[in-house]
Amino acid sequence: MGFENLLLGFQVALQPHNLLLAVIGVALGTIIGVLPGLGGANGVAILLPLTFSMPPTSAIILLTSIYWGALFGGAITSILFNIPGEPWSVATTFDGFPMARRGEGGPALTAAFTSSFVGALFSVILITLFAPILAEVALKFGPPEFFAIQLLTFSSFIGLGGGSPLKSLVSILIGFILASVGLDIVTGALRLTFGFTDLMKGFDFIVAVIGLFGIGEILLTMEEGLSFKGASAKMSPRVVWDTWHILPRYWRTFLRSCFIGFWMGFKPGGATPASFMSYAFAKRFSRHPERFGKGEIEGVVAPETAAHAAGGASLLPMITLGIPGSPTAAVMLGGLIIWGLQPGPMLFKEKPEFVWGLIASMYTGNVIGVIMVLAFVPAFAAILRVPFAILTPLIISICAVGAYSVNGRMLDIWYMLIFGVIGYAFKKLDYPLAPLVLALVLGDLAENALRQSLIISQGSLLIFFVRPISGAITAVALFFFALPVITPWWRRLRGVSVPDVSPRET
Amino acid sequence: MRAADLTTAALLMAVGALVVRDALRLGVGWGTDGPKSGFFPFWLAVVLLACCLGIVVQALRRADRAPFVARGALGPVLKVLWPATAAVLLMQFVGLYVASALYMGFYMRWIGRNSWLAVVAVSVGFSVSTFLLFETWFLVPMPKGPLETWLGY
Repeated sequence: MGFENLLLGFQVALQPHNLLLAVIGVALGTIIGVLPGLGGANGVAILLPLTFSMPPTSAIILLTSIYWGALFGGAITSILFNIPGEPWSVATTFDGFPMARRGEGGPALTAAFTSSFVGALFSVILITLFAPILAEVALKFGPPEFFAIQLLTFSSFIGLGGGSPLKSLVSILIGFILASVGLDIVTGALRLTFGFTDLMKGFDFIVAVIGLFGIGEILLTMEEGLSFKGASAKMSPRVVWDTWHILPRYWRTFLRSCFIGFWMGFKPGGATPASFMSYAFAKRFSRHPERFGKGEIEGVVAPETAAHAAGGASLLPMITLGIPGSPTAAVMLGGLIIWGLQPGPMLFKEKPEFVWGLIASMYTGNVIGVIMVLAFVPAFAAILRVPFAILTPLIISICAVGAYSVNGRMLDIWYMLIFGVIGYAFKKLDYPLAPLVLALVLGDLAENALRQSLIISQGSLLIFFVRPISGAITAVALFFFALPVITPWWRRLRGVSVPDVSPRET
Repeated sequence: MRAADLTTAALLMAVGALVVRDALRLGVGWGTDGPKSGFFPFWLAVVLLACCLGIVVQALRRADRAPFVARGALGPVLKVLWPATAAVLLMQFVGLYVASALYMGFYMRWIGRNSWLAVVAVSVGFSVSTFLLFETWFLVPMPKGPLETWLGY
């Protein structure tokens, strides 16, 4: 049955105009991934308004293709310029840049793209197998279960996100508070507007994403005063072929990184910790750990595989539960709502051609992606040779266009600037931004689930514990919330110090 | 960094206090048909206040004298920020296309010291292509000013 559905999906994804959209999306996404300051999340956010007039399936294919392109593009800047275009490609710089400096840029890039492809493919296959099952289970969920899952989403930022748990919690709370500004849809009361009519419509999270990640990132980049002095890479079919010849040797690394990536990406927490964790494991299990950091190809394979596996996996909870696993998935979820689709398990029943078209397009998007980046690396790398004095105002202008086009409000461009400054300050002070964005997106959903649950239970919080599914999920969520308290205590008890290998998601 | 940490926490606490005040106005208890409007924001703000207190305590305990922004780094950041703010201000009056063309041109000439030819080519090129893409192809209108009106849009 699942196979037939996938065939249906391929019929949609392989339509010529959808294939063309995938090509355009991958190209745009790669450019976005290469440019510092434009990541997957705000790239998708800026281009989202362009999809308003498209059919939803074509629109989501364009957006996911941008996402894949951004994932591929991050590797180019990491390896050739030693600048991680995306947070999850930080670990790729450790060995990728030394390889490029030694003149092995071609093999490093080939290894990175191939690993990305393998990681993404692994995730997509698992999504194909498990998404229908998960959606079937989720159909039985009531408000308490959904609230419990949202609790789990946010608890994993605190328990597994790394960094300061207090600051992660503050980020989440700020997101929820911003989400509650405006009209309360249940009672019709105006909340937190303080008499300003402009605040009635609340804050659009797309504007927040563009400001926090786009403008904030540019300010940070400026402060660091980056200059782009890159290594060059010679790509030829010969180099690709030779690299593919040696890559199967690392099948253990591939497999391990795939599982780490999928597991980390499926739970929110994301691609960045997955890439670091996978790198650390590859180093630990390697026969030559001393070669890591000096240009070991395995050090490129491990983080790239995991980052892409996680990137793919973060779409699984989005399509099955309506809960995004990453900021980029959150923006896509916002797109679903704008296109008039109700995200969540019902999509599989009501819009099979949409869901399966999306899943099939993950296969086609990745195949197109890996071919395109392998073929056009020099062209994409040339973008970074454009002077910064041109890139900066260009990116800011594009951000302004994106912010305005969401609602057609001038005020949103001001919000974008303010969010930019907040994003810059928060990033410097180690407040994670991803949970803030997710909370802003999920705010209304979470609040409604909480209120409905409390109405069912006549105000008793016990409802989250006595129902079996929500009880189990709530218990895990509470465990994650408590993890920052438990961990130091547990370490002291055992008298060992475990190195922390999971830096924060940004 | 410590001072910045404390300032941010204090600002966030002010936000929290504001939210609590508004939530109390709306009612935080049980209404006729479930929790009142202020219920959810109230508890969010209470936990926020508690967290900020925790951050303040942590920051006070730490002796971190590193400045928030290194002395030399503030300049480049402001050099991005104020022209961008000026450009947004300008958008209110002359529309997005003209404002971003002026902004890009100014920035390229001032920071990049590009030749006038490059300045004009990039800034006008960007605005015209955005105009064609958004206004005519995807039919997503952007803020417009006198120039666009004069051209008949």
